[in-house]
Amino acid sequence: MKIKDIKDILKAKIYTGEELTENKIQGVFASDLMSDVLTTEFFEERSILISGLNNPQVIRTAEMLDIEAVLLVRGKIPNEETISMAKDNNMVLMTTNYNMYNACGILYSKGIKGLSNEKNQEL
Amino acid sequence: MKKIKSYSYRINKNDFINAGKVSSEIKKNLKKIGFTNKIIRKLAVISYEGEMNIIIHSEGGGIELEIYEDKISLNIRDIGPGIDDVELAMTEGYSTAPSEVRELGFGAGMGLPNINNCSDDFKIASSENGTKIESTIYLE
Repeated sequence: MKIKDIKDILKAKIYTGEELTENKIQGVFASDLMSDVLTTEFFEERSILISGLNNPQVIRTAEMLDIEAVLLVRGKIPNEETISMAKDNNMVLMTTNYNMYNACGILYSKGIKGLSNEKNQEL
Repeated sequence: MKKIKSYSYRINKNDFINAGKVSSEIKKNLKKIGFTNKIIRKLAVISYEGEMNIIIHSEGGGIELEIYEDKISLNIRDIGPGIDDVELAMTEGYSTAPSEVRELGFGAGMGLPNINNCSDDFKIASSENGTKIESTIYLE
């Protein structure tokens, strides 16, 4: 699915990286805990991070893992620092009014699966 | 094995504004040299978690990136107060971080376990004078 499709499905507002929204992504990870996100370093898929954490650390974390897009939930408005960091890193930064559960549920119902490792699959 | 290149970075205590800057630079340098994305991502996670630990818990420190013909090492060092119980700190979910750190999305007790998981070789030594982590990834 293209990032653009996710934007449309979740009626998201784009802050940076409009020109990158034709890129396709293969998986999603959702968390407010950056250290939990940092456990996904073994994934090769092109991915998007959904988070309620609205500060530059969410962009830094995505940068470390080559995550292509960050989607903030509950209509959070990123500050200048967060936006410019996303821009510097060629990342799509967008915001949806949906809350975390609904944003994830809607994407899942459209066939986008979450990134998961073996440890999680056992659960 | 021969050391090819090394870089040294300083990290200040409580410098939350610049948190991640050093790791970002490390990542860019590794990319410039041309390592695979997989190796760079692992080193980026190690460095970022290490950097956050120094900012959150220590009196200041630094990271040294050493590139050898057959491996890459990250030496993460800081000055006091050290880790009381290293074994406990290595447990997933154990954290002594204050609540302001949790608001940044850290302090979930995954830092050291993440560093360990990403490393091929991981050494940690801590005393009241500070903590030293030596993390190594071998090149194929």
